[in-house]
Amino acid sequence: MTQLIQTLINGVSLAAIYALVAVGFVIIFKSTQVLNFAQPALLLLGALWVTYFTTVVGINFWVSLIIAIALSAATGVFVERTALRPMVGKPIFAVAIMTIGLNTMLTVFALAGLGIDLRPIGEPWGLKTIEFAGFVIAQRQVAALVTAVVLTSALLVFFKYSRMGLAMRAAAFDQEVALTQGVSVAAVFALSWALSAVFAMFGGVFVGAGVGIDRTAAVTALKALPVVIVGGLDSIGGALVGALIIGIAETLTSTYQQQFLPQLGTGFAQVVPYLVMFVVLLVRPTGLFGTEEVERV
Amino acid sequence: MRLGRPGLISDYATDTAIFRSNVARFWFLVLLVATVVLGLGGSIPLGFMTLSLDGEATFYLITTLFAAIAAIGLNLVTGVAGQVSLGHAFFLGVGGFTAAVLGGLGETRRVFDLASGDFVEQVLLFGFELDMLIWLPAAGLMAALAGLIVAPVAFRLRGLYLAVVTLGLVFLGEHLFREWDVVSGGVGVGRPTPPLSLLGFRFDQPSEVLGMTLDRQKKLFLLGFVLLLIFGLAAKNLMRSKIGRALSAIRDRDLAASMMGIDLSRYKTVAFVISSFFAGVAGALIYTVIGRILPESFNLLLSVEYIAMILIGGVATVSGAVMGAAFITFLPLIVRTLAGFPLFGFISTSPGGGFPTVAHIEEILFGLLIVVFLIFEPLGLYGIWIRIRNYWKAWPFSY
Repeated sequence: MTQLIQTLINGVSLAAIYALVAVGFVIIFKSTQVLNFAQPALLLLGALWVTYFTTVVGINFWVSLIIAIALSAATGVFVERTALRPMVGKPIFAVAIMTIGLNTMLTVFALAGLGIDLRPIGEPWGLKTIEFAGFVIAQRQVAALVTAVVLTSALLVFFKYSRMGLAMRAAAFDQEVALTQGVSVAAVFALSWALSAVFAMFGGVFVGAGVGIDRTAAVTALKALPVVIVGGLDSIGGALVGALIIGIAETLTSTYQQQFLPQLGTGFAQVVPYLVMFVVLLVRPTGLFGTEEVERV
Repeated sequence: MRLGRPGLISDYATDTAIFRSNVARFWFLVLLVATVVLGLGGSIPLGFMTLSLDGEATFYLITTLFAAIAAIGLNLVTGVAGQVSLGHAFFLGVGGFTAAVLGGLGETRRVFDLASGDFVEQVLLFGFELDMLIWLPAAGLMAALAGLIVAPVAFRLRGLYLAVVTLGLVFLGEHLFREWDVVSGGVGVGRPTPPLSLLGFRFDQPSEVLGMTLDRQKKLFLLGFVLLLIFGLAAKNLMRSKIGRALSAIRDRDLAASMMGIDLSRYKTVAFVISSFFAGVAGALIYTVIGRILPESFNLLLSVEYIAMILIGGVATVSGAVMGAAFITFLPLIVRTLAGFPLFGFISTSPGGGFPTVAHIEEILFGLLIVVFLIFEPLGLYGIWIRIRNYWKAWPFSY
């Protein structure tokens, strides 16, 4: 029982990381109808900025974080301006495949910057833990959860109450109509990429928290893809539910699979997100909360 | 009748013909003869250089021929039918390992069994040592079967959901290949590819054929060329048949296609199965060039490479897929050659050297080419070729 609850706690904190990355996918998809396969590279680049300022430059973690947020946002805007803007109006596949190309390119730069060794993030939590009612919870897990909750709520408030948020919702609903109403769709696109890159950066920080970051961190971003697919590509709430399902399924598998089903091999938990995705899609082809596509003939 | 006006197409038969004009037929014949001459060990003087089949380029050339078969397969499902598949690496792997199991040598080890207190035979590698006549089609069929199993998930989904599902397939497949070590040999070790022995005739050993001594490379080259010819013509014929027309209709507008009575799920399944068959056959052969097949090579990057091949080569054309396969396969060689020029002196050739190394440049170019082709030339190398041809056709009055 203790082990089960401990597993669930770990699952929720893993879900927090997935949620951060997945929300990034959803923001871009909602406003630009692009599935951004470059998210893994943005995650690596974001984490790279943080570790660069904390370990190489050697300044305070919080200051580094703020600089990294600015740099990540700038990276997002830069990518959108140079590569995505000329593709507006092209088939969605072409754009999706182009982001794969972008991912390959950006990953090379990120990894060249990171080097081949594990790099510490330099966050204050480290491997410190807190004990609560007999359960051991790492501080970084709490931090991840709090960050995910705060950032996502802030995002929802921003969408609901701010002028720019309204513009983003309008552009997501219908770009042309939004354009005629005076919404700057270009600004909306740029902002979505900036936001998405920042969310990916936070994901990267928590992937690396405590253990350090290297090239394998990109795998986490790829596992956030099943998360958004399970939740439905265009639903932030769906992304959160998807993150919980996938995060908990993955930690449950990594805890119990060696015990009950060792035939499935080591590291099976790593592919569980994709299995869950297959099952969900067999039942609901547009994910749990995705809008069903209505087509006119 | 059409002399002097090769662009004029006035009937359906001409439009669907494999060769639209005698000029195309002539150049195809030239290519055919040149390839056979090359394959038999001859050399072709081209004035400024001499083409012949030896040296480093041969390895890439042979790989290109096999990779082109897989690229044509992917082009059928992604280019012609418009279903983006990131799962091609999985089908290549299924083909590769099926071939290795059916055609390869098995391996057993005597281990002490604690329960019975006796020595028992433990299987390290499955292997049945069958003939190429069996394992080559079987590799294709096994991959096609995998395609058939995946198809029900695939045809329910549309657009980007399909792309992500096929991406998931690659990860599941990679896990399977890594863990099922009696089939794959295990991570980092792999297993030897099956001997290329067709009814006793060895493609992978030098021997005398029709009075000429042919070495391994030349035989592999000829084998690849013949197979590519067969698969290329098959794909071309498929594209101009009823199935091909149905697939193009699905790509252009699936709703409209289904309104015209095209059974979407049936034709999407057909596209997946045929494409997987191509991938399976190619997967069985590509790794015979190196001689070893590793489970971890069937990852997402391999799928992306094939997507890049058809994008850079030309979507929905057979010749485009071949050009793309050649381009991507030769990319490492091209980058290494470039690094030799003083202008590109900043590229370090040792793997441990500073950024950027040859491998870095290769990957950056790879991503950059996808991006650049998508923005500037969506038709790929094929489109560039068409443009150059049209320019010279109207010369000197081209604009």
